[in-house]
Amino acid sequence: MSNFQSPTIDWAALSPELILLGGASICLVLTLFLPWGWRRPFCAAVAAACFVGAGAAAIVLFVMDDAGRAVIVDAIRRDRLAEFGQILVAGSGLLAVGASFGWERNERDRIGEYYALLLSAAAGMAFFVAASNLMTLFLGLEWFSISLYVLTAIAVAWLPSLEAGLKYLIVGSFGSAILLFGSAFVYGATGAISFSGIAAGAAGADHLLFVMGLALILVGLGFKMSAAPFHMWTPDVYQGAPTPVTAFMSAATKVAALIATMRLLVTAFPSEARLWTITLAVIACISLAWGNIGALVQTDIKRLLAYSSISHAGFLLIPIAVGTPLGGRALLFYLISYAAMNLGAFAIVAARERELARPLTFDGLAGLGWERPMLGIAMSLFMFGFIGLPPAGLFLGKFYAFSAAIDRGWTWLAIVGVVATVVSIYYYVGVIGAMYFQRPVEVRVAPAGGSPPRDVGLSLTILLAVAVTVGSFIVAQPLLDIARHSVSFLGFPH
Amino acid sequence: MTTALILVPIGGALWVWIAPWRSARSAGGLALLVALAELALWIGTAFNFDFSDQGLQLQQQQSWFTDLGVSYHVGLFDFSLWLVGLTAVVTTAAIGYGFWSQRARPAGYLGLILFLEGATVGVFTAQDLLLFYVFWEAMMIPLYVLIGVWGGPARLAATVKFIVYTLAGSLLMLVAIIALGLKQGSFDMFEIGRGAGNTWIFLGFAAAFAVKAPLWPFHGWLPDAYRESPPEVAAILSGVISKAAAYGFLRIALPSFPGSISDLRTPILVLASIGLIYGSLLAFRAPDLRGVVAYSSLAQMNLIVIGLFAVNDSGVSGALLQMINHGLISAALFLTAGAIERRATTGDLRLLGGMARGRPILATLFITTGVIALAVPGSSAFAGEFLVLNGIFTRGWGWAVVGAVAMVLAAMYVLRLVSAVLHLDPGSAVPDAALDLRPAETSVILPLVAVLLVLSFWPAAITDHSFGGSPSKAVPSGYRHIVHEGNLP
Repeated sequence: MSNFQSPTIDWAALSPELILLGGASICLVLTLFLPWGWRRPFCAAVAAACFVGAGAAAIVLFVMDDAGRAVIVDAIRRDRLAEFGQILVAGSGLLAVGASFGWERNERDRIGEYYALLLSAAAGMAFFVAASNLMTLFLGLEWFSISLYVLTAIAVAWLPSLEAGLKYLIVGSFGSAILLFGSAFVYGATGAISFSGIAAGAAGADHLLFVMGLALILVGLGFKMSAAPFHMWTPDVYQGAPTPVTAFMSAATKVAALIATMRLLVTAFPSEARLWTITLAVIACISLAWGNIGALVQTDIKRLLAYSSISHAGFLLIPIAVGTPLGGRALLFYLISYAAMNLGAFAIVAARERELARPLTFDGLAGLGWERPMLGIAMSLFMFGFIGLPPAGLFLGKFYAFSAAIDRGWTWLAIVGVVATVVSIYYYVGVIGAMYFQRPVEVRVAPAGGSPPRDVGLSLTILLAVAVTVGSFIVAQPLLDIARHSVSFLGFPH
Repeated sequence: MTTALILVPIGGALWVWIAPWRSARSAGGLALLVALAELALWIGTAFNFDFSDQGLQLQQQQSWFTDLGVSYHVGLFDFSLWLVGLTAVVTTAAIGYGFWSQRARPAGYLGLILFLEGATVGVFTAQDLLLFYVFWEAMMIPLYVLIGVWGGPARLAATVKFIVYTLAGSLLMLVAIIALGLKQGSFDMFEIGRGAGNTWIFLGFAAAFAVKAPLWPFHGWLPDAYRESPPEVAAILSGVISKAAAYGFLRIALPSFPGSISDLRTPILVLASIGLIYGSLLAFRAPDLRGVVAYSSLAQMNLIVIGLFAVNDSGVSGALLQMINHGLISAALFLTAGAIERRATTGDLRLLGGMARGRPILATLFITTGVIALAVPGSSAFAGEFLVLNGIFTRGWGWAVVGAVAMVLAAMYVLRLVSAVLHLDPGSAVPDAALDLRPAETSVILPLVAVLLVLSFWPAAITDHSFGGSPSKAVPSGYRHIVHEGNLP
């Protein structure tokens, strides 16, 4: 042990994670010394500043790096794909802070913890998207998952939140265990845990062991991205978790899980490309079918959005499944507007929940469009956007995803996507119909009392989400260039 | 100039939505002004338009994203100019009518109609497939809200049916657009028509157009949507939006898929013929005013498709003329139907009748429109239908027989409608005090009828000023410009 050499550490590469963790420590510790009244604004400001800082650090790294490089003996990578993911995670975190501000006044006792966990979850995701061997992959996964388990259950006085936290913990741990199990198989087969080492050792590996390991890893990641048939936790957790947490989880977890999956499959398993491309295509089809059919019968809006999230896992898997550079670009471009729209939609749900002081169902939406026109227009934009209609960036995202499938020669996959989209029209426009088409005499919605709360944080969040959604439609080219730079170094199998 | 035609209504819509209005009147007034400005802009464009030039005019191109070759490319052909004009005229009438009838939430309502106008003009001018698709979908969103919020009692079912039908069609078109665009490496419409398309791609486009037009048997959404819309929205829907589908056949399907057209001509003509007869028969049987107009609209659109799929000079020119005619006729009929329903509170033909007595303006306008609609010789509709039948005759006399039968049926359902509303004994739902058309109503319906009369005297205004103004050749030469010489089936 005496000849152990400590690795040189590129601290700059870790700066986004460090900024987020620093913020988490500040929220956790300094808050104790502040008077009660200051804690909320202080923690929110620290969290927002750290998310901005982490995003800025990632942007700086993105601009500086033109080729990827290994950090800490290739435990993580410092490359544009990781930085792209970190920018999106930090942005999602920033919007989540806006969505939380005002809500956490119910959780006065846990303000510091709440923001600290939010920051630490984001730090875990930032680490996860950069992971370059199976250990760091698992570490990052557990890091953000544990933070999210606690965040889900943070409203301890509210039973559904506790229930959701427990469900998430059990099912999530199950998924993590499967991932770990699979990693062990792959290590056993190839003797390597780094992605490049696995790719190099694949030729001489025990094929059965290797493929089983790959399959188990895919299952574990499938849990995190809530792709069917590994989605069972999603509706319950999305519904039970406090809405700002759901907003963050739905956007950032998906970004992190999908980017990490793409990196893992493309760099570690190129030899099995035939297998995982078709597997992912099948998973995508199952998710599209299950998510959309499940969503048709929902009455709770958060549950509906959870099923929508499952179906979008299907859409997002299409570009990974095709395994082409065009697909890589499509995935990243899709994620930009998808994350913004999810955050925006959940923020609107949060706004209405605060007004009505009860979970939001279709009936609760009645008249929202007329009472609060800006929320109504924003929600309509998001719902039409989820279908894939202009002027939302998701339209171009879907266009690119379908393009990638057709370009690969998998027109059938694009057709499945189209059929799923047709089914999804029904429930997305149902939301718009509920907001606008119910006449006041037909449905009586009683607000919780007083005038509706005007939360600046929420409004800003929704405004930003709208700006990103529409902006990614209009100025598509620069964002596509960024997406192209982010995946240009990956050796796609097709 | 072309961009201005798109942006004036859309910008106007935003202005109407955002400005804090003190009164409904000022919002409506502004919307009407914007619509009139658009009309004036179109008239100015038409005067500056070079009808001897067969190519794309007033075009504008700006790259949108390069790696798939998508650009903002707009411009006007002579035939698209007429359709833009139709849009401007019908929308102005619809906004005037909506303003006058004092809909609830006028800023939202009229703003959406303006937005719809901008999107429709976009469809008629887009020269890039993806841009075309964007405008195509942008047409649907305001229509959905317009029917869903301001529609009749069964509006919810009608909107769901409408949106699922049309989106199912248009998403198939999206797949076709992607497949075609990737195949040729560019989404510009001038690049297509070089034989890149195959039959599957053609069917993707045809699905969207067939649903929107609608072609039989894809018309399931039509009766509900036309009955539940406010009359001015129904006027736009049947007058203008359905023409976007026919335009899609004309601008995209015919020039780009010559092989598929000649392979699939017979099945498509069979569907259209069935639709023509079926629509006419249902119009004859429909129990209510709007039902008659809706089903006659179905029949007319199928006739237009028959003309287009003749793919010769006479058929295509006739189809274009008939698009303009039918746009004006159905807009006038729906607005008149709205006026009648306002007085009788019902469109049920059994409860109507005898409205001609003491209401000369209503009777005159209604009968004039009806007579033009049944294509009496000398009317513009007669000119259009004659050209269509003449065109399709060369493809087989059987099709022309079907068309001729439909003309007889048209006379039957129009005369039934006119007598059920205007003549016979006064209906139980018609109060004696029901007024004649008010000046405001007259002022929106009369111009539509006046344009129809002008076209009746001078149908060549359109036929001589479209497709490069050279109807004597076998294939319209302006059209040949798009089609890439010798590519036409």
